[in-house]
Amino acid sequence: MSKEMSGAEMVVEALKDHGVDTLFGYPGGAVLPIYDALFQQETVRHILVRHEQGAAHAAEGYARSSGKVGALLVTSGPGATNTVTGLTDALMDSIPVVCITGQVPTHLIGSDAFQECDTVGITRHCTKHNYLVRSIDELCRVLHEAFYVASTGRPGPVVIDIPKDVQFARGRYSPPHNVHHKTYHPQLDADMALIRKAVAMMASAKRPIFYTGGGVINSGPAASTLLRELVKLTGFPITSTLMGLGAYPSSGEHWLGMLGMHGTFEANNAMHDCDLMIAMGARFDDRITGRLDAFSPGSKKIHVDIDPSSINKNVKVDLGIVGDCGHVLEAMVRLWRSEAMHAEQPPLGEWRKQIDGWRARKSLAFRNSTTTIKPQYAVQRLHELTKGRDVYVTTEVGQHQMWAAQHFHFEQPNRWMTSGGLGTMGYGLPAAIGVQLAHPQALVIDIAGEASILMCIQELSTAIQYRLPVKVFILNNEYMGMVRQWQELLHGGRYSHSYSEALPDFVKLAEAFGAKGLRCYEPKDLDSAIQEMLDYDGPVLFDCVVEKSENCFPMIPSGKAHNDMLLADLSDDAGVDLGAIIDERGKMLV
Amino acid sequence: MTAPVSPPSPYSAAAKQSNVEAHTLSVLVDNEPGVLARVVGLFSGRAYNIESLTVAEVVHGEHLSRITIRTVGAPETIEQIRHQLERLVPVRKVTDLTIGGRSLERELAMVKVRGRGDDRTDALQLADAFRARVVDATTESFIFELTGKPEKIDEFVDLMRPIGLVEVSRTGVAAISRGPEPI
Repeated sequence: MSKEMSGAEMVVEALKDHGVDTLFGYPGGAVLPIYDALFQQETVRHILVRHEQGAAHAAEGYARSSGKVGALLVTSGPGATNTVTGLTDALMDSIPVVCITGQVPTHLIGSDAFQECDTVGITRHCTKHNYLVRSIDELCRVLHEAFYVASTGRPGPVVIDIPKDVQFARGRYSPPHNVHHKTYHPQLDADMALIRKAVAMMASAKRPIFYTGGGVINSGPAASTLLRELVKLTGFPITSTLMGLGAYPSSGEHWLGMLGMHGTFEANNAMHDCDLMIAMGARFDDRITGRLDAFSPGSKKIHVDIDPSSINKNVKVDLGIVGDCGHVLEAMVRLWRSEAMHAEQPPLGEWRKQIDGWRARKSLAFRNSTTTIKPQYAVQRLHELTKGRDVYVTTEVGQHQMWAAQHFHFEQPNRWMTSGGLGTMGYGLPAAIGVQLAHPQALVIDIAGEASILMCIQELSTAIQYRLPVKVFILNNEYMGMVRQWQELLHGGRYSHSYSEALPDFVKLAEAFGAKGLRCYEPKDLDSAIQEMLDYDGPVLFDCVVEKSENCFPMIPSGKAHNDMLLADLSDDAGVDLGAIIDERGKMLV
Repeated sequence: MTAPVSPPSPYSAAAKQSNVEAHTLSVLVDNEPGVLARVVGLFSGRAYNIESLTVAEVVHGEHLSRITIRTVGAPETIEQIRHQLERLVPVRKVTDLTIGGRSLERELAMVKVRGRGDDRTDALQLADAFRARVVDATTESFIFELTGKPEKIDEFVDLMRPIGLVEVSRTGVAAISRGPEPI
């Protein structure tokens, strides 16, 4: 089946064979042969970004919303280094991405040639794996292996660095067939004995909770279906990380809302007081656990994860299960149904009552205003007015991201794309472009901040070029809001360089790019302005001018435990010194 | 300034290493370009310690290399190091040789000593006691070759210091498990 062709043609063939229909990229000297091969075919659609970071985030958005591998193609040197933030982002959030970089010809490597950099050296720490292809004879294998490594096990970014002479060289290409890697064998099926043990623990739990994360989303839509099934069967309450939103519907009966630093009062208190925690595809990140030595002190913990290194990394657990969430959930559902394990399940009424008590605290409530738009209100209206539509949401990073997570409720997996682990400002717009390409008919909204959006604003030009009707909904408070909030809480209100000075006129900016610009100041005009944005068939920059001093609550202050949350109305009370609530050592934390 | 009285933070709690132990890990890897950089980079990137490191290809036809790393850390950290190493794509197998205690550890050292008169006799007598061989000699120096556990080499070097130690070159620890089975 093998055919002779050039290295550049092999790259394009491999993209086709791995089902890549959309390739994000930016040409340059060291990838010209591949661009030439792209020019001569129509299967792979190339999307020209305006900056290589945009290509990486767009590939992430494409991958996260579709479940497929995201692909990008950039040139050597600056092309490669510009992808580093996006690759690191994909590594932290476990997103399958294959990044092809051009490299100077083999004989020039190491000579400080024009646009040369040590791409594999630079990206070694921000990829799951990377390759420098030294000979045409390796290229076919490396291409297939890269897709395999990126998409299996705990997914992640893979870089293939291809010197220009290898792109020109001719060699044999054969399509992928059951890639069997010599050393890389992720464990998908978990040990049944351990699952049985877990189910037995679940069957006798009095105050159980599911704590689920991005691993459930990554496992595929079937895992979310199984999760819903298991929650229904067991009746256990469920909370999720920022990354896991949508796996269980927010309208579901047992939903507690997101947990962690800006999670709900009920989710965090339930985590603290539970007697059994079932962590599923989540990694006990510091934004989730708060103070580690006070994290859920009285509970037994089960941790299901595909990555053995995640288990016992931050929090010691009682039962670690290595395997794919989908496989484990399937087995748990089967066991729970077939075996009478749950026959003696203790009643959960008391536990639910306790949770309802916390829920009654209404921790996401805020004081609305008739004169200024509260950012939470803006997100609520956006959610309300897009209900029933096929909607995907991306975000940038900061307060707006947390408000979006809290007030835009998700019913389905793969609908929520946000930079969780790395916290990359500038992620949202290029990611939205990737999402829109994967779902041309869908409504794609980037909920943004006025500071974040400027980090990758150039990609608006990409949206225009490919007629991608992404909506950028900017919560404009003229501050890097989360930085300002921390400065208020921890640094005596000294707002050092967090004011968004010299902002552009976003309406004119939109128009300059060829997009539609909208601005809204008053709560009474908000609905009609949002409607105007939704009705417009093209990209929109929506400048939503919101309350400047609003803080994001509830909040677990640094160095505090889950049951030690700051709530909105407390912080609104005059005379409460927030700086005193967070102790000296808490201020050391980020 | 007095230290503020406060609960431990997530970071200080994590940094607290109660019972630090030395462990020897055997890492079998595919000898492809950059594999050593991946292993070493993992240690520096995650702030683990490397006490010593040896590496050589052990099965040439299969490009199989064996890396022996001596590291120190709390048992949880050592466990984490093992898992992190196993995540690296070209890593075939990681074994903690210290667990179970049934392994042999050896290091080779070459020790250059300078001296005249009685110092030379003292050096030779001590070398004999440590089963060190003389591999180079001049009228005012010796180079000893010595194999053994790292502690034995430390001892020998300490004894040579007052006599006239010039320099030491050590290979780092190579280790293998006892008995008929491979790791």
